[in-house]
Amino acid sequence: MSKHHVSATINGEPMEFLCEPQQTLLDVLRDELLLTGSKEGCSSGDCGACSVIVDGRLVCSCLMLGVEANGRLIQTIEGLAEGDKLHPVQQKFLEHAALQCGFCTPGLIVAAKALIDENPDPTEEEARYWLAGNLCRCTGYDKVIRAVLDAAAEMRAEAAQ
Amino acid sequence: MSYLTKEELKIVGSRPIRPDGVDKVTGRASFGADLSMPGMIWGKVKRSPHAHARILSINTEKAAALPGVKAIITRADFPDVPPEKAYIGEAPANLRDLSRNCMAKGKALYEGHAVAAVAAVSPAVAERALDLIEVEYEVLPHVMDVEAAMASDAPLLHDDVFTVGVDPKPQKPSNIAKVVRFAKGDIEAGFAEAEVVIERRYTTKPVHQAYIEPHACVVAVAADGQCTIWSSSQGQFMVRGYTSRIVGADIADIRAIPAEIGGGFGGKTIVYLEPLAYMLSKKSGRPVKMVMSREEVFRASGPTSGGVIEVKLGAKRDGTLVATQVVLKYQAGAFPGSPVNQGSMCAFAAYDVPNVLVTGYDVVCNRPKVAAYRAPGSPIAAFGVESCMDELARELKLDPLALRAKNAAKDGTKAAHGPTWANIGYINTVEAARQTEHYKTPLGPNQGRGVASGFWFNAGGESSAAVHVNEDGTVTVTEGHPDIGGSRASMAMMVAEVLGVPYDRVRPVVGDTTAIGFSAVTGGSRVTFAGGMAVTRATERVVDELKKRAAITWDISPEAVEWKEGQAFPAGPNAGSFEPLSLGDLAAKAAKTGGPISAEVQLNAQGAGPGFATHICDVEIDRETGFVKILRYTAVQDVGRAIHPAYVEGQMQGGVAQGVGWALNEEYIYDQNGRLENPGFLDYRVPVASDMPMIETVMVEVPNPRHPFGARGVGEVPIVPPMATVANAIADAIGIRLRDLPMSPPRLLAALDPEPIRAAAE
Repeated sequence: MSKHHVSATINGEPMEFLCEPQQTLLDVLRDELLLTGSKEGCSSGDCGACSVIVDGRLVCSCLMLGVEANGRLIQTIEGLAEGDKLHPVQQKFLEHAALQCGFCTPGLIVAAKALIDENPDPTEEEARYWLAGNLCRCTGYDKVIRAVLDAAAEMRAEAAQ
Repeated sequence: MSYLTKEELKIVGSRPIRPDGVDKVTGRASFGADLSMPGMIWGKVKRSPHAHARILSINTEKAAALPGVKAIITRADFPDVPPEKAYIGEAPANLRDLSRNCMAKGKALYEGHAVAAVAAVSPAVAERALDLIEVEYEVLPHVMDVEAAMASDAPLLHDDVFTVGVDPKPQKPSNIAKVVRFAKGDIEAGFAEAEVVIERRYTTKPVHQAYIEPHACVVAVAADGQCTIWSSSQGQFMVRGYTSRIVGADIADIRAIPAEIGGGFGGKTIVYLEPLAYMLSKKSGRPVKMVMSREEVFRASGPTSGGVIEVKLGAKRDGTLVATQVVLKYQAGAFPGSPVNQGSMCAFAAYDVPNVLVTGYDVVCNRPKVAAYRAPGSPIAAFGVESCMDELARELKLDPLALRAKNAAKDGTKAAHGPTWANIGYINTVEAARQTEHYKTPLGPNQGRGVASGFWFNAGGESSAAVHVNEDGTVTVTEGHPDIGGSRASMAMMVAEVLGVPYDRVRPVVGDTTAIGFSAVTGGSRVTFAGGMAVTRATERVVDELKKRAAITWDISPEAVEWKEGQAFPAGPNAGSFEPLSLGDLAAKAAKTGGPISAEVQLNAQGAGPGFATHICDVEIDRETGFVKILRYTAVQDVGRAIHPAYVEGQMQGGVAQGVGWALNEEYIYDQNGRLENPGFLDYRVPVASDMPMIETVMVEVPNPRHPFGARGVGEVPIVPPMATVANAIADAIGIRLRDLPMSPPRLLAALDPEPIRAAAE
């Protein structure tokens, strides 16, 4: 089986890789590019642990083929912080103790960033429904939702300055 | 030394950011499936499609001929292990059964039971090889449900299981592996004395721990037998111990490195993949990575038992319980060992009752072998007992919390399973619940409020910790327990508190099996208790050593040195007049005063304080759809002393959410052939963010005098009350009692309007 040559921009960097036609974007990220921050919890699009942002849109990378990444802009959890400056969602997850095991955390953070990018002032209910595609078995979501709403508030305050 | 009476704790009780936090919010943290090694190949498991079948033959020739296949293993590659008990994981495992659960011998006992495994150059090649392995089965009759499995004519899973705990010893094998009994007083006389007797039957379905991270490992075995296991588990020493026995290797030849663990809840206190990866690596000479799919996690790893709970409560008209009885029947899955023993002990632990009889049945059936799940056994019993308590309260027209307060176990109460309680906070949780604003808030139409309580023992046991003062005065603490929910933070906080240094000067590390002494699993709500005790004791030894080093520097007696706020001082004017020496000063001079400053402590912690909780839930019922909305939830719990309150709240909130899933949606659905129909998160529905409200927490602190800071385990008891709490709220809302879990929309609709269901059936 021949491999396909794919070019994509991942976390701002132009990248090229070879992938088999059946490999998902998640397989490529994790196994070919060693970007293991995106997690595989189900490979059926139900848990959201593999959430990435493709051309501004939140997707489960397990539901997209690697070859479909050609020419796309892809953001993963590894690209959210700028150097040693965490993204506000990341910082608020730490401050609110919004993670326990931390496995669903990259997907939740990517999904929350996509939410705030689209809706800078989400209500609790909007945040809960937006994040309903990201399973967390540890926290009961309480501190997760608090962290996301607090991050959104902080980003609004920063934008207003 | 105890810090219970210390007037001002500077760090314990605060909420610092966890030391491993940045790694976990940036994707840097390395979980079970995240490691790759040079030359690594991929292992996959061939699983039985039948619930019960004799394995007649396995032909691996075609698979072996596939290019890229490097090794194939079957049961024939594993040694026979004697059926001895090994207390390595959370519950005693029978090593022979564990070995046969990892790889079937003779018979496949459930759909998903491993019968062979391959390792190949890529996951895709390994998958293709699985299809080429030919297994010939003789399909046998199977039995799924607990009472069907108990019947005398049920298909037998094992011809060498004879019911333990009955007299005389049975002559015929049975699916009933064990009968347990706990009794107190005279149950018949007790019920004769009762003015009201309520007798009800409840059932629960098996539910999965549903950690989001599937089981995963990388194992590399060298030609001389030395082996490294990198895996996600609740205990690297558990992985090492079980793997060594199942594959027949010396413990010293195995180094088990704990990856970060993506949730466990008890389900990662045993091994599934590591022994297979070991054999594949040994055969191929290559490092082997194995990762379960979600489907495999559901089909082949342990849920907790489904059960039948038959409760009988006898009380006086004023609510005083005079006799309580329960019969518990728990599914063990394919091998003996359901948590019915724990369930039996927990059933009435919260109450002071003179006459108690508990009978529990441990029953094998053709389902995956159950594994520990958060307070194993207790939530099943509590669903029955706490629902029945609510039915009793309604019958007597008593406030359900008043009924519980009236019968609450207190210090000095002798529990039916043996212990006499001391320093317990059950009544405190009931009283605190009654005082909440939540409990007093009025309800609207189709809304109801329920309460229920729960108990879990909490565990102590073996733990090790090492505290090293580094050359620059920073501190490294090495512990032996995987950090599953923030325990690194708690450990660092206790060290910093005892040493009197800032929290961020202490770096905690979870050591591999060669870096720290034996430590039991992260389970039983034991880490902050037992691990915390080891860490505290090790730090105290370091403080003693620091005082000695200051004494050497000043040429005075160590007794004349005082340690406070991270510095050595002369204890008084008689000791002499010296400038204080900081941790950094003493660390820098360590070579001149005797060498590196470190201490390692191993202990077997006793005196885990019992955990009690009382929960309040408001629901709203949609009569059109049968949907139950959780409007409001408050969890009250005796936490001993919260070392890091945010992570204690997190445990309470997480337990509640899991319990709500168990109550409302989660269940295994099998077809008539014993094949699981919902092995994925779409159809096995765990709570999502939009299902839950904020979860209010009330931390009651009744310190545990056996722990230096008063901690008691907090992780498990919060999953005990929710099922009954929700059921009691539903009964309050619509006047209909649901006694079978899950209380899913179809079940609720049928209860609200049974006519259409009946009409459809006719």
